[in-house]
Amino acid sequence: MNTSSPHRTHIDIAQMARGIRRRVLEHTVRNNGGYVCQACSSAEIFASLYGAILRLSPLDMPLAPWKFPGVPGNSNAQYKTGAAFHGEKLPEFDRFYLSPSQYSLVMYAALIEAGRMDEHALEEFNRDGGILEMIGAEHSPGMEIMTGSLGQGISQVAGIAMARKRKGESGRNVLFMSDGEFQIGQTWEAIQAIVFHRLHNILIFVDINGHQCDGRVEQVMNIEPLHARLEGFGMRVFRIDGHDIDKLIDCGTRIGGDKPAIVLCDTDPCRGMEFLRSRAPKYHYVRFSSEQERREFEKKLSLFNNIK
Amino acid sequence: MEIASRVHAKNLVEWAKNHPEALVLSADLTSSTEIDLFRETYPDRFLSMGIAEQNMLSFAGGLAREGFLPLVHTFAVFIYRRAFDQIAMSVAYPNLPVKMFGFLPGITTPGGATHQAIEDIAVMRSLPNMTVLETGDATDVKTVLDAAASIEGPVYVRMLRGEIPKLFGNDNPLIFGKARVISRGGEITLFSSGICTEEALRATEALRLRGVSISHLHITTLKPFNDPLVLDAIEKARCGVITMENHTIIGGLGSAVAEMMTEHGIGKKLVRIGLRDTFAHGASLPYLKKEYGFDAMALIRSIESLLGASFRISEDELAEIRLSEISGSVNAEAL
Repeated sequence: MNTSSPHRTHIDIAQMARGIRRRVLEHTVRNNGGYVCQACSSAEIFASLYGAILRLSPLDMPLAPWKFPGVPGNSNAQYKTGAAFHGEKLPEFDRFYLSPSQYSLVMYAALIEAGRMDEHALEEFNRDGGILEMIGAEHSPGMEIMTGSLGQGISQVAGIAMARKRKGESGRNVLFMSDGEFQIGQTWEAIQAIVFHRLHNILIFVDINGHQCDGRVEQVMNIEPLHARLEGFGMRVFRIDGHDIDKLIDCGTRIGGDKPAIVLCDTDPCRGMEFLRSRAPKYHYVRFSSEQERREFEKKLSLFNNIK
Repeated sequence: MEIASRVHAKNLVEWAKNHPEALVLSADLTSSTEIDLFRETYPDRFLSMGIAEQNMLSFAGGLAREGFLPLVHTFAVFIYRRAFDQIAMSVAYPNLPVKMFGFLPGITTPGGATHQAIEDIAVMRSLPNMTVLETGDATDVKTVLDAAASIEGPVYVRMLRGEIPKLFGNDNPLIFGKARVISRGGEITLFSSGICTEEALRATEALRLRGVSISHLHITTLKPFNDPLVLDAIEKARCGVITMENHTIIGGLGSAVAEMMTEHGIGKKLVRIGLRDTFAHGASLPYLKKEYGFDAMALIRSIESLLGASFRISEDELAEIRLSEISGSVNAEAL
């Protein structure tokens, strides 16, 4: 069924996940900070999506990022989104949308691992006048809608799913969300609309790493019991170990039934980088407090590279 | 002058015949925004979104990305106040053709501060890519759909409902970016918008009988604001310029005219009539217009002050004035 993504085995996908963590750590060291815990928690989700779940148009070769094309407007004829990295939009193919664009670096790394973006592209990360912005926008690679103001992604994707349903397109609309977004009113407005309008062409993966900017989700604003709440709204809910590649791929086919589907992925924000655990509970953005700390991370990075 | 009833309800159904891409979105105010007839006629193109405006606006952005023309309907306050971030990021930034119809502009509702959109023009005018239109009569309401649909990108429309006066003839439609000339004169230039145009007409008629020479223009495009007719009228005003709007005087028509005057180095007296930096409360329209100082008498007082004259016009005289339809030929003469 996965006709257009390169067919990858479990081992390939585990290797992709490892590559995502390594690339994100490397750029966190280089930039003196970054969203590294998001890579630890979601590496298997992104690797499974790009490696096995998503049906996207193939690319002839990995794309190199271009310069910032300006903002959209009637006077900007050269404007384009980052959708090109997902290949040509066709009715039968899937679309993939990232809601928390704070995960952009993870997605950039995933695009490289998937052979969709040039291997050296991350040198452009967070560089003035480029498109690999720290918190990506719709012109960033792999992005094509404005997300990042949390809670708006799901509603926009619901509108797109409704439009594609009306046009009779068979492709799925896959959305990646973060657990913190379930504190937002708009998210629940969107869930009720998705169920009410029977948008069964939507599949949502949620990275439940249990952490947000201020610390642990349960201490900032509890969202549990998420499974029961979503079921109560009429969604078909799966709750799995978000680092289990087989389960992720299995859930990637759970779509098209009589209910829209959502996969809650319990994850560990330090998975694959045990040395991060001492920073608990401040996992949202890793910032080095001293040069010594940066050097320690550099050392970890070299270990990471060696294991590879 | 004819009073038309439920203009949008009938017109939208007619208009939608030739626009199969148009979908109507409602947030539980279907009869109140006159889309009930559309729902009956095209049930499949009517999307009930519930009292959930933030989702509705982002959802509309998603529909527009896939080639549909979402026509969002609710009270104006629930568009720009409730869902501003969603409008900014899901609609305006990507320059998507979502057309928002905001009902109950300014003090046209006894619903009080929660329902009165008094700063919507200021807010929406400040958003990049956004076009802002306002309707003031039945012809505006009827012809604003073509104008809004012809614009690439998002449009916010201040909409009227129910019983609406027909000030402009069928040959005098709302045209994007172009003011309608109602009268020409050299002493005072008056710009009015929305329901204020009808109110202003009563004052200008009484003043005309006393020999006051007024250029009166009806404004429907509030952004972009670059109409040469408007600039020309400002330049020709000998004794001053007046704006009259159903909105706070900060950020709306008055501010747009002030910006145009300063940018062109025109140093003339400008009087802005409207809500003077205050919220209003729930009451009838005639009461509120008088209470907050933007009825015909308030306009007369402003003109008297600019001219240093007193015309002794009574409320009774204003009440007796009968207005007639304004034909498109007035505009043609002005060019």
